Amino acid sequence: MTTQQQKLPPVDPMDLAGIDDLLTDDEKAVRASVRQLCDKLVDPYVADWFERGEIDDIRGLAREFGSLGLLGMHLEGYGCAGMSATEYGLACLELEASDSGVRSLVSVQGSLAMYAIWRWGSEEQKQQWLPRMATGEAIGCFGLTEPDHGSDPGSMRTRARRDGDDWVLDGRKMWITNGSIADVAVVWANAGEEHGGIRGFVVPTDTPGFSAPLIKHKLSLRASVTSELVLDGVRLPADAVLPEVRGLKGPLSCLNEARFGIVWGALGAARSSLDAARRYAMEREQFGRPIAGFQLTQQKLADMALEYTKGLLLALHLGRRKDAGTLRPEQVSLGKLNNIREALEICRTARTILGANGISLEYPVIRHMNNLESVLTYEGTVEMHTLVVGQALTGVSAFR
Amino acid sequence: MNIVVCVKYVPDAQSERTFNESDNTTDRVGVDGLLSELDEYAVEEALKIVEAGEGEVTVLTVGPDQAADAVKKALQMGADKGVHVNDEAIHGSDSVATSLVLAEAIKKIGDADLVLTGMASTDGTMSVVPAMLAERLGLPQVTFASELTVDGQQVTIRRDGDAASETIVASLPALVSVTDQINEPRYPSFKGIMAAKKKPVETWGLADLGVDASQVGLDAAWTKVESFTKRPPRQQGQIVTDEGDGGTKLAEFLSAQKFI
Repeated sequence: MTTQQQKLPPVDPMDLAGIDDLLTDDEKAVRASVRQLCDKLVDPYVADWFERGEIDDIRGLAREFGSLGLLGMHLEGYGCAGMSATEYGLACLELEASDSGVRSLVSVQGSLAMYAIWRWGSEEQKQQWLPRMATGEAIGCFGLTEPDHGSDPGSMRTRARRDGDDWVLDGRKMWITNGSIADVAVVWANAGEEHGGIRGFVVPTDTPGFSAPLIKHKLSLRASVTSELVLDGVRLPADAVLPEVRGLKGPLSCLNEARFGIVWGALGAARSSLDAARRYAMEREQFGRPIAGFQLTQQKLADMALEYTKGLLLALHLGRRKDAGTLRPEQVSLGKLNNIREALEICRTARTILGANGISLEYPVIRHMNNLESVLTYEGTVEMHTLVVGQALTGVSAFR
Repeated sequence: MNIVVCVKYVPDAQSERTFNESDNTTDRVGVDGLLSELDEYAVEEALKIVEAGEGEVTVLTVGPDQAADAVKKALQMGADKGVHVNDEAIHGSDSVATSLVLAEAIKKIGDADLVLTGMASTDGTMSVVPAMLAERLGLPQVTFASELTVDGQQVTIRRDGDAASETIVASLPALVSVTDQINEPRYPSFKGIMAAKKKPVETWGLADLGVDASQVGLDAAWTKVESFTKRPPRQQGQIVTDEGDGGTKLAEFLSAQKFI
């Protein structure tokens, strides 16, 4: 053992464990670029977008994301950047440190709509859509959830029937991010056993019979477009179907991609809230001294930092596994279950440190907290991920 | 149009910067370093010129091993190739020696139509290297450009002073330093980050430049940091309670401080 005197690097309150050591220079560069973009194009405006429930020039924002390379960033070819899963995770974290709604835009575009086409589409479908979606010129959405079928998508009522060579789609999809602004929708429909059960369709949103009314009155993800998809006799040519997949495996594979990003993203909301609470506690004085000096406040901050650190380590580990090709869906469930739960708890605790200011949009905390209420149940509810983990532990499925 | 951009690797101004206690040079242990923000403007301007026409941007730095990060960042932004002059003997060099090394490196790179620099480094903030470098290279010295246009064989800049803005024209080749008003530096796109991995970076020592070790380094420096002390923590401000005479007390304070 050497006793050589070595000067210790200073402590970074926002990276207490020094997890940055585990990142490569390129990963840090990706993170820095996303942060710079968000600092410039999102953070100054997002509280206002949230308050009004509308993003100004969302297409312009999508094109900026595209020119950075964010859209479909972890996909290879077709104008996509071909970055690693870990880099994608870090990007999601930075985006969600700005706003979960903005991160959702990127998740749905890249991991749901683009991934579905990239993984299961024909060469023609890829050529037609992926390059334009990578630049942000075309926006995509992903229709799986229905008004009456969320956790159990296999029971979906949206139908695809053959009419000559054509396909005709009828049904409704609900809670569809990007729906009202999308140029293309990847829609999952039951085509009947003779046609392979659940099939995916690439639907240009200007197809007659397709409409996507906006869902209003949300108190969460307000800086995000959420829509209903109405499919009323939507007639599509034979080549609109995603040829390479049949059954629930298709949509579930896409959800697994997006969930991976969410495992990271939620930590962004947590980091932003923790940082806001820490700064606030150091400035806010009560009883003649900063509230940061009170033990109860320090207890909260320490617990928040612990859970954030553990969540980040878990996300990073899952990222390394994904890059190595060894990541299992159960592991993504583990990550989503833990990280969203803990991130939400961090945001709620941060809210209490800010007192009344914690409910104001002048600070990011209540916005993150309300956003995470959606993230908690979308892309698999807490209950479903718990049961997936339970099944992995016991070998017994409690829901099928 | 071949452009050489000189950049510096500096300690992040966001972190706590200090000197090394053994020789009073910049302490780089435990402090994140980066491409000096003021040099990003020079890189951006070079990229804009080349993108609007043709040519190549070479980014040049002098510094220790970690300084490769500054070159890499510029390559990620879009520069074509990098040169990193790295030699232990350079440690502790002053501006005079730094400008010598840079000048010899620029000569070795060759065929530079334009040499661009930032207006100052964010650590030393001496702002003298551009002038020294122009002198050593025998180039027109065109400093503090807030606007730059290249037209044929000449470069035109606008220099904003307190009282007036000057328009200055120089023939190429020339050296121009740019201010933080000239553009908005881009951040590296993911494609830029990927592409930078394949871009060539040459690492040269003093021997490659024909510079003798005795001409550079701490021992050759014309100035040295003899000692340093941390800035004392800021004193608590004086609170004036207004008991009907607040205005008078305020005026007395300002008068005592010679503000009025």
